[in-house]
Amino acid sequence: MTITTEKTAAGTGASLAVRAAARSPVRTAVSKRRRKIMNTLVAYSFIAPNFIGFAVFTLGPILFAFVLAFMRWDGSNPMEFAGLDNFWRLFSDRVFQAAFWNTIIFTGFVVPLTLICSLGLAILLNQKIFGRNFFRTVAFFPYVASLVAVAVVWNMIFNPEFGPVNMILYTLGVDPSNLPGWAADRHWAMVTVILFSVWKNMGYFMVIYLAGLQGISAELYEAADIDGATPWQKFWRITLPQLAPTTFFVSVMLTIQSFKVFDQIFMITQGGPGTSTLVLVYHIYNQAFISWDLGYSSMVALVLFLLVLAITIIQFRWSQRNEGDTA
Amino acid sequence: MAGISLRKLRKTYGELRVIHDIDLEIADKEFIILVGPSGCGKSTTLRMIAGLEEISGGDLVIGDTIVNDVPSKDRDIAMVFQNYALYPHMTVYKNMAFGLELRRHPREDIDRKVKDAAEVLDITHLLNRKPKALSGGQRQRVALGRAMVRSPEVFLLDEPLSNLDAKLRTAMRAEITKLHRRLDATFIYVTHDQVEAMTMADRIVVMKDGYIQQVDTPQVLYDEPANMFVAGFIGAPQMNFLDVIIRKTAGGFAAEYEGQLLPLPEHLARAVAGHEGRSCVLGLRPENFHERPPVDVDPALTAPVEMSVELAEPMGAEVHLNGKLGSHGIIARVSPRCRARTGDTVPLIADLSAAHLFDKETEIALRTGRPAH
Repeated sequence: MTITTEKTAAGTGASLAVRAAARSPVRTAVSKRRRKIMNTLVAYSFIAPNFIGFAVFTLGPILFAFVLAFMRWDGSNPMEFAGLDNFWRLFSDRVFQAAFWNTIIFTGFVVPLTLICSLGLAILLNQKIFGRNFFRTVAFFPYVASLVAVAVVWNMIFNPEFGPVNMILYTLGVDPSNLPGWAADRHWAMVTVILFSVWKNMGYFMVIYLAGLQGISAELYEAADIDGATPWQKFWRITLPQLAPTTFFVSVMLTIQSFKVFDQIFMITQGGPGTSTLVLVYHIYNQAFISWDLGYSSMVALVLFLLVLAITIIQFRWSQRNEGDTA
Repeated sequence: MAGISLRKLRKTYGELRVIHDIDLEIADKEFIILVGPSGCGKSTTLRMIAGLEEISGGDLVIGDTIVNDVPSKDRDIAMVFQNYALYPHMTVYKNMAFGLELRRHPREDIDRKVKDAAEVLDITHLLNRKPKALSGGQRQRVALGRAMVRSPEVFLLDEPLSNLDAKLRTAMRAEITKLHRRLDATFIYVTHDQVEAMTMADRIVVMKDGYIQQVDTPQVLYDEPANMFVAGFIGAPQMNFLDVIIRKTAGGFAAEYEGQLLPLPEHLARAVAGHEGRSCVLGLRPENFHERPPVDVDPALTAPVEMSVELAEPMGAEVHLNGKLGSHGIIARVSPRCRARTGDTVPLIADLSAAHLFDKETEIALRTGRPAH
């Protein structure tokens, strides 16, 4: 019954349009254009609330920071145009250089270590083992727990004098004079924040890897069983290539996240001792809100932005080259 | 030598038993097809033979060895999966070479075997492509090729044609049959399509609910089904079943169907002798209804019936009449010259020389000896 009604309505509409077209082709063209504009406006009105928020709170400040990078400004006095002065300052700023290399080192270790740990965890917790859900929750917990709380606990566990980690190392026979000073030691502080970051984030990326693993058809493993593959061969020749898109996503997210690390460092070492764990965002923070040198800090932020952009482009290129390998 | 024996083979999932102690002897180089509706256990049986499912009870013997605990890779089998299970990140060549590479065959040896198999299957031009860039039929060939290169004693095929379109399926049917002859290996093939089973198999295993119903050659299954399930499953359109009562007549025995006496042939009459008044099910295939008296059948074994047509399906070479014979729905297969339309009542001749008779309770076929033709 409904179908008949629709058909009739459509038929009437079509015949009206035909008649109108026959009467005045120009008028039809105009009304068609008007309808198209209306449709477009309606569509934009749907995304407007979100876009306005984005423009005011994200896009605007970003563009403002780009402008600020070429200004001198302390936040209260009027801005002055500085040209490339802020840029040249980067080359003489030893703290910036330390922060730059610290960020590279931090990222260089955190990305592969988190990848390996989260993939390892995902594979382990994808097996049918007893208490699987419990262990999945345990692994995910650091990610959801409050950073402040876990950082305090971490500092206690890794306390050089009273922490259980050093006590265990001592019991295992490590000489007391060789026990690592962890966050308090300029040689160990970076290791400490890297370990903390890996531990805090691996649960999240484990969940992403778990989803990736469950997307691999069980038939592929059965075919590999019949082809005679050992578990190790199955991992290298099937699991890993099949997870390539997941690994790409995880590595891009991790790289960006590591380049803009701040809170974890703030909670554990405050960038110290000395500049041993000072990273770019920490430097930006210090310059902007401790020294109130907003122009220079924006220039550092610009450098960080370009660095992340360059690396992400390289990652995308690399993944495009290997595209089609996994679908 | 790779005969396969299933001895009281059983599969249970917890309390649920899905394969009930089945026995089956598969001869070396035989093409055997497991057929049955969804959930009958045919795929599970195949997967137990493949080593992909644990065997819950009984023994699986390949050659002379019990292989219950032998891993798949050491059973000298190859398998073709329903969804092909090609490795998506490898080229066709790599897909086919993978098993040999894992077994550390020399490179030249692998290359020769892959290329030989590709030639047989006519996929040489696809060797550098990834599975994504292949059509369903091409993927099917690659899956067959991957199984072939290892020259196993036993090929296991799990509904390999079910994802192909009808035309391609018919073509691949013939190719797989040829491949079986060429490879000279044992083929165990699972399908739910009785046409595939009838056209390809040396012997067919009909399964239902985890039990084997009958094992025999396609023609014997068709002519002498062991029970109503097999009779209904094999043959398309399926066999017509009529509720009848056995009566003794002057000439022998007859089946009374809604007041009409249908004469029974000798081999059925002997089976029901002394059981006058017993309720049975009479089975007549659609081709046992004719518009004219058949010339090669004893007129004493035919009966005129009237069918009210509900739907006439022209198939080109024949017409399938769907309708009622008394209160039972039946299908008759008649010549394309038949002009019957919906609502018509057509007189037909039922040929009872090829009739089947089943016990109404047990559904087991009643017969002594073979049909006369």
